[in-house]
Amino acid sequence: MSRYRRENLETQVERERTEFFAALNNLDRRSFLKVAAASCAAATAAGATFGSFQPLRFVGAQDAAGNASNAGFKVAYISDSHLYVKEKNDRFANALMRAVDDVNAMEEQPDFVFYGGDLAQLGRPEELQLGYDILKELKAPLKIMVGEHDWYYDMGEKWKSLFGEPQWSFDHKGVRFVCLMSVLEEDFWTERKMTPAERMSTVAGLDNRVQRPFQVGEASRKWLEETLADCPDDKPIVVFSHSPLYQLYKDWNFWTEDAEEVQAILSRFEKVTVIHGHTHQLLTNQIDNISFHGLLSTAWPWPYAPQGTPELTVPMNRSDPFNAMDGCGDGEFRVSAEGLVDKVYNIWNRKPILVPAAYVRDGDESQMPPRPNIPNY
Amino acid sequence: MKKLDWKSFLFGAALGVAPIATVAVVSLTSSEATAQLWGRFRSQAVVAAPGQVVVCSETCVDDGAKSENAEFVASSTQWTRGFDDSWVAEELERHPIKKIDDNKTVWNIKGSQKEGHTYGNYTEADALLWKKETERLVAEGSLIFHSADLLGSKNGVSCDMCHPDAEGTHAETYPKYQVQLGRVALLRDMSNWCLTQPCRGEAMSGDDPRMRALEAYMHAMRSGKPMKYGKH
Ligand SMILES: [Fe+2]
Ligand SMILES: [Fe+2]
Repeated sequence: MSRYRRENLETQVERERTEFFAALNNLDRRSFLKVAAASCAAATAAGATFGSFQPLRFVGAQDAAGNASNAGFKVAYISDSHLYVKEKNDRFANALMRAVDDVNAMEEQPDFVFYGGDLAQLGRPEELQLGYDILKELKAPLKIMVGEHDWYYDMGEKWKSLFGEPQWSFDHKGVRFVCLMSVLEEDFWTERKMTPAERMSTVAGLDNRVQRPFQVGEASRKWLEETLADCPDDKPIVVFSHSPLYQLYKDWNFWTEDAEEVQAILSRFEKVTVIHGHTHQLLTNQIDNISFHGLLSTAWPWPYAPQGTPELTVPMNRSDPFNAMDGCGDGEFRVSAEGLVDKVYNIWNRKPILVPAAYVRDGDESQMPPRPNIPNY
Repeated sequence: MKKLDWKSFLFGAALGVAPIATVAVVSLTSSEATAQLWGRFRSQAVVAAPGQVVVCSETCVDDGAKSENAEFVASSTQWTRGFDDSWVAEELERHPIKKIDDNKTVWNIKGSQKEGHTYGNYTEADALLWKKETERLVAEGSLIFHSADLLGSKNGVSCDMCHPDAEGTHAETYPKYQVQLGRVALLRDMSNWCLTQPCRGEAMSGDDPRMRALEAYMHAMRSGKPMKYGKH
């Protein structure tokens, strides 16, 4: 107990990191298989080892003979780092560096790394620049979107100068990836004569009701429709958005005002996955043909909303306030040959949690992630 | 000395209307009475001299700093803000709080058993005053809860960043044994842990007006949760 009381935060983080590596090495085969049954059975059979930050292996990355097979690909993700300038807060910067290390240490490098928004905390140019400087250390190519914390100080000026347009789309191995700017808010600041800094801190408060609900907006919905116009109905679609593209809890903007319109645009496709930031927690949903996955934050976990969490979500255990990075993390997902997404939450200091398409989309209860043993309340 | 009609004064104050008498000086015989009144008129009254309570409206100059209670008065941020309650409305618009009890059960109902009894002798005006005063303290807690600067946080981290709407503060579960602290913790002890560790600021004393306000906010926001001390 004394060790928790005396060490400073940096020492603690360092110790946790060491313990995490040790824990991964000690991960017993039985519980490992239970966590990762769907995805790694083949890899373990082929003699995979787990001595690094790559606890989960996916089927099909390589066949038993070690030849690359045509069985999908891997994408790593990092999200919601909420950076202040380094002099003010080195903890959040350290956490993002830890995530970058995680991804760079992956034995099978991802095809690209997806960043889920809220790189900065107060949208300041220096914060975004710091994030840019850390993220450029990634070995795999970076695909990034904006969060509300990146945008509302200068309305995206600095962000765009660093990362380009907030909406983009590309084809990769038969899958169409589309990124939407979903954190548009109606103007609440002009009437209130707010400065850019006041506007930003209003939006930065999750429970601040003066701000408006997030939306994709008409122009971007039109852009989405046009961008997908050339895709046949059976082409797998993966959409990135900062806010969940469904309505879960309005008071915290776990919400997209025009979610139904966006879903309608996606409804003709057989396989659609939405990957979103903002909620800082394990979050799973399925609406008709669309599977939804949240992302972990590297900075802090949000508690689950008082209501609205989808029934399909197997929540993660409550986080430990005495453990600086508990409940935070990064992760990866594999897009299968059929274009379905198996999602991994790499919660730091804990065993990774796999949320496979077989559970989310097909409702296979045997593939359900492990239940938490500490209820959230 | 004119005896002030407390009921009408209270009603006026509770409704945010300036009382008809701008200044009334009331003589009191004992310090207990002063204390009692002080408690009731926390933001409307200031003790000018022993035995005398000056009840004043907006136009009254705040001479609290000169009185022998200067320290207490100075520590009461509610008082230093005087009658201007616009900040409360602004804070509650940003961060709405749970509904406070309306206390209808203790209003005076004619002909009921409560007539003439302490809990039956109160009026709607009393309840309004209680609500206004209590909400002001809770709103002040909310301001601090949402502000790294007011918390004295050294790294920009404020309570709401992990606890939107005080979710996860579990105010209803204290006291409880915290293994990591090695002792039984009150809510304020856990708050101080957060202040010193995730916020890298300084701990507040239990009597710190900011700590009192923070506790008020957390208790208000966890209203309706069953009390269960010791729960993890
Ligand atoms: Fe975020
Ligand atoms: Fe966000």
